[in-house]
Amino acid sequence: MKNIYKIQLIGVGGQGTIKASTIIGEAAMKKGLNVVMSEVHGMAQRGGTVVTEFKIGDADSPLIEEGAADLMIAFEPTEALRAINKVNADTYVIVNRSPIVPFTVSLGISEYPQLSQVFNELGSKIEHLFIIDAQKMAKEAGNIISENMVLLGAACATPNFPISKELIIQSMQENLPPKSLKINLLAFEKGFSEIKKGNN
Amino acid sequence: MKVKEILTEKEGGKLFLLGNEAAVRGALESGVSLVSTYPGTPSSEIGNVFYKIANDAGVYFEFSSNEKVALEVSAAAAASGLRSFVFMKHVGLNVAADSFMSTVYTGVKGGMIVLSADDPSMYSSQNEQDNRIMARLGGIPLLEPSNPQEVKDLMKFGFELSEKYEIPVLMRTTTRISHMRGVVELGPVVKGKEKGFFQKNPGQYVVMPAYAVKMREKLMNKLGMIKEDANHSSLNKTIDMGGKSLGIVTSGGAYNYVMDVVNENDLKVKILKLAFSHPFPEKLVLDFISSVDNILVVEEVEPVMENEILAIIGKNNLDKKVHGKLDGTLPRIYEYNPDIISLGMAKIVDKKIKKREKFVTKLPLPLRPPVLCPGCPHRATSFALKKAIKKLKIKEEDIIYSSDIGCYALAIQEPYKMADYCISMGSSIGIGCGFAKATDQKVISFIGDSTFFHAGMAGLVNAVHNKDNLLLVIQDNRITGMTGGQTNPGTPLDGMGNPAPEVSLEGIAKGSGADFVKTVDPFNMKETEQVFKDALQCNGVAVVITKHPCAMLTDAKNRKKGINIKYFVNQEKCINCMICVKDFTCPAFYIEKDGSVNINPLLCDGCGVCVQVCPKKAIEVKE
Repeated sequence: MKNIYKIQLIGVGGQGTIKASTIIGEAAMKKGLNVVMSEVHGMAQRGGTVVTEFKIGDADSPLIEEGAADLMIAFEPTEALRAINKVNADTYVIVNRSPIVPFTVSLGISEYPQLSQVFNELGSKIEHLFIIDAQKMAKEAGNIISENMVLLGAACATPNFPISKELIIQSMQENLPPKSLKINLLAFEKGFSEIKKGNN
Repeated sequence: MKVKEILTEKEGGKLFLLGNEAAVRGALESGVSLVSTYPGTPSSEIGNVFYKIANDAGVYFEFSSNEKVALEVSAAAAASGLRSFVFMKHVGLNVAADSFMSTVYTGVKGGMIVLSADDPSMYSSQNEQDNRIMARLGGIPLLEPSNPQEVKDLMKFGFELSEKYEIPVLMRTTTRISHMRGVVELGPVVKGKEKGFFQKNPGQYVVMPAYAVKMREKLMNKLGMIKEDANHSSLNKTIDMGGKSLGIVTSGGAYNYVMDVVNENDLKVKILKLAFSHPFPEKLVLDFISSVDNILVVEEVEPVMENEILAIIGKNNLDKKVHGKLDGTLPRIYEYNPDIISLGMAKIVDKKIKKREKFVTKLPLPLRPPVLCPGCPHRATSFALKKAIKKLKIKEEDIIYSSDIGCYALAIQEPYKMADYCISMGSSIGIGCGFAKATDQKVISFIGDSTFFHAGMAGLVNAVHNKDNLLLVIQDNRITGMTGGQTNPGTPLDGMGNPAPEVSLEGIAKGSGADFVKTVDPFNMKETEQVFKDALQCNGVAVVITKHPCAMLTDAKNRKKGINIKYFVNQEKCINCMICVKDFTCPAFYIEKDGSVNINPLLCDGCGVCVQVCPKKAIEVKE
C-alpha cells in the first residue's frame, strides 16, 4: 500500500473552494510531494455544488474512492451530507455552520433540512467532526468572502494534515491578491486556532 | 500561481497546472504561431489563458465565430508552414467536421493539433460522444493524455508527428483530464515563426474529385507508416506488476483509475497504456495480449479499443477472453472512477478487492441546479416576454419555445419553462422553421449573441426566405457567457483583448429582410414588454434583440469602479405577493422564518429590475 492523503472539498459556486484547493495543491508541490486534483468548471458553477477532490502522494487519479477521504472540508452544512459517501468514521471533517439555502427551497420544489438534523446526522457518523462558524470568523477578519481561508486554516490544524502551516501561508501569498492578503491571513489564523484550541 | 507564469516560468521549473493550462504551455514550448477556438466546456480555459498571454507570447489567438471557422483558420496557417493549434469541446468537432475530414486529406506543412475535449457523464454537454471514433472516421493520428504533464508532453510530440507526416493530429482529452490539476515539469518556451508562406499546390489543397481520389490513397499510405510509429512508440508502455493471468489495456483518464485500484489492491497484472492509440498499434497489442491469459479493456466512453482488440483476436485465431464494456464487466455509459473499476475488477480477478463501507444519508438535500445569476438580463427578458404573452392571452400550450445552447436555456426551470426543444448550437431557428411549417402553434426561438454568430445566421436567412412565422429573440448579453465570458464578433475586443469592430446583430437581422426588427434594453421592462407584444402580433419573421451586458461583466465593472448598490425589501410596503420570489425568481430573494421576503445583500448585484417587478414599490435602494 502506498502512502496517499485524500482531501475532499465541497461547497457552492462562489464560495472559493477552488482557490482554497489550489493553495493546498501548490503547497504540496512546494513540499516536493506529488499531487493530483480534480475541479469543477462550467455549468455546475452557476450556483450549483462545486466539488474538488485530490490525492497527495503516490496516486494517479484525483478521484477519491467512496469512504476513503482522510479529510473533508465542507463549505456548507448540507453539502457535507452530499459528499457523505466519501468519508468514513475516522475522517476529519470540517463543516462551515452557515447554510446557503438555494432558490429551489423558496420555490417549494426542494427542502432544506433543519440544521440540527444535519449536524446530528454528521455527528452520529463521524468522530472527528468540527462545525465552525466560518462566516462569523471571516467577518471578524474583515471580509465575509474570506470564509474559504477560515476553513483552510481549520483544515491545516487537523492532526494528520500533510503540509506545514508555513508552506500553506507561502502558497496563500502567491495565490491571493496582495490587497486582500492581510484579511485572508487573519481569517486563516482564526480558523487554525479554532481547531487547535479544540472547540467544536 | 498567476496566469502569466504559464508563459514566463523557466525551463526546469514546476507549475501546478490544469490540463487545459498544460495544453497552452505545450503549445508554447512547441513554437506555436496561431491558435484558434470557439469556447466550449471542458476546453474553455485553454482560450481564457491565451486571451491573457497571447500578446506577450507573440502568438496570434482568436475566438473564431464557430469551430468550423476556427479549424479552417488553423488549417490555412498550417498549410502556410506555421504551427497551429485549434481546440474545442467534443460536439464542436461535429460543427468543424466537414473541414476537419478534408484537412486530413490535404495534409499540412507546419504542425497542426486539433484538441477535442470530450465530456463523459455530460457535466456541461448535450451528449457523450467519444471522439476517438472521429479519429477513425477521419483517418487522423490520435493522442490520449492521462494527466497534465502528459498533455504538455503530447502537445510537443504531436507537433513533431504532424510535421513528420504532414498530417493534422487529434488530441482527445476528457473533462477529468482538462480539469485535472497536477505538477508539470516545464521545458523551454520556443518562439514560433511570425509569418508563413503558402506554396501553391492545387493537387494537395483542392479536394476536387480528381485530386481527392489521390489524396485518399496517400492518406492510407501515411496511416500505414504512422501505425508502425505507434507500434514502437515509447508513449505506449507496458507496466508489469508481476503476473500474466490478466492484461489490462487502457488509455486516458481510465488509466489513472486502473493504476490506483491495482496499487491499492496489489494486483499482479500487466498493463498496456496507450497514449498514441490511433492508428491502433496492432502489432504491439498482439504481442501484449499474447503474453497474458485474459484481457480487460478499460476506456471511456465507447468500446473503441475493445472492438479493435476483438478484431485482432479474430484475425489471429487466438483463444482469449476479453472483458470490458461489451460483456458487461464495466458500464457502457458515463465516466469511470476508481470505485467503478474496483467493481468491475472484482468480477474477474481471484483476489478480494478492497471495499469500504459507505455512508448514506436519508435526510432530504436541497437541489442546486444551475440558475440564472442575480442581475442576469435573460431573466428580465423572460419575465417581460411572459407578461406580453399573458396580456395577449396566448395559451402556453399554443406556444413552442425553441431554445438554444447558452445560459438562457436555464429558463427551462420553473416558473418560466421557456425551453421546449433544444438540441445543438444555433438549432433554435432551424427547429423553429420546422415547427412553424408543421404546426399552427406560435414559435418563439431563443438564441444568444455568440450562438447567433456561431450557427444561427443561416437559420434566420432560411426563416425569412421560406416565409416562416416565428419570433426570434436574440439575447445579446455582449459576451459568450456560459463558458465563462469570452469575446465574440459582437464584442468590441478580439481574442487578444485588442480593439475590434463590433458586428451588428441588428444590421444582420435587417439585412436578412426580416419583417420586424427591434433592439431593446430588457432592463427597461415596460418598453420590452411592449416590443414583445408588437413582435408577437407580427405575421412573418420578427426579430427582437434584447441587449444588455451579462451580469458577470456588470459586476466586474462595478467592482472596479467601487460601485456597490444593494436593494432591500421595505417590510411596511411588502404584501407578500411573492411575485419577486415565485415569478421573477432572482436567487438573491429569500424567505425568512417569519415568512417575510428579503434580499441577500451578498447575492444582490444591484440591477434594480425587481423594483419594476414589484407591484407595491416595496423594493428600495439601500442608502
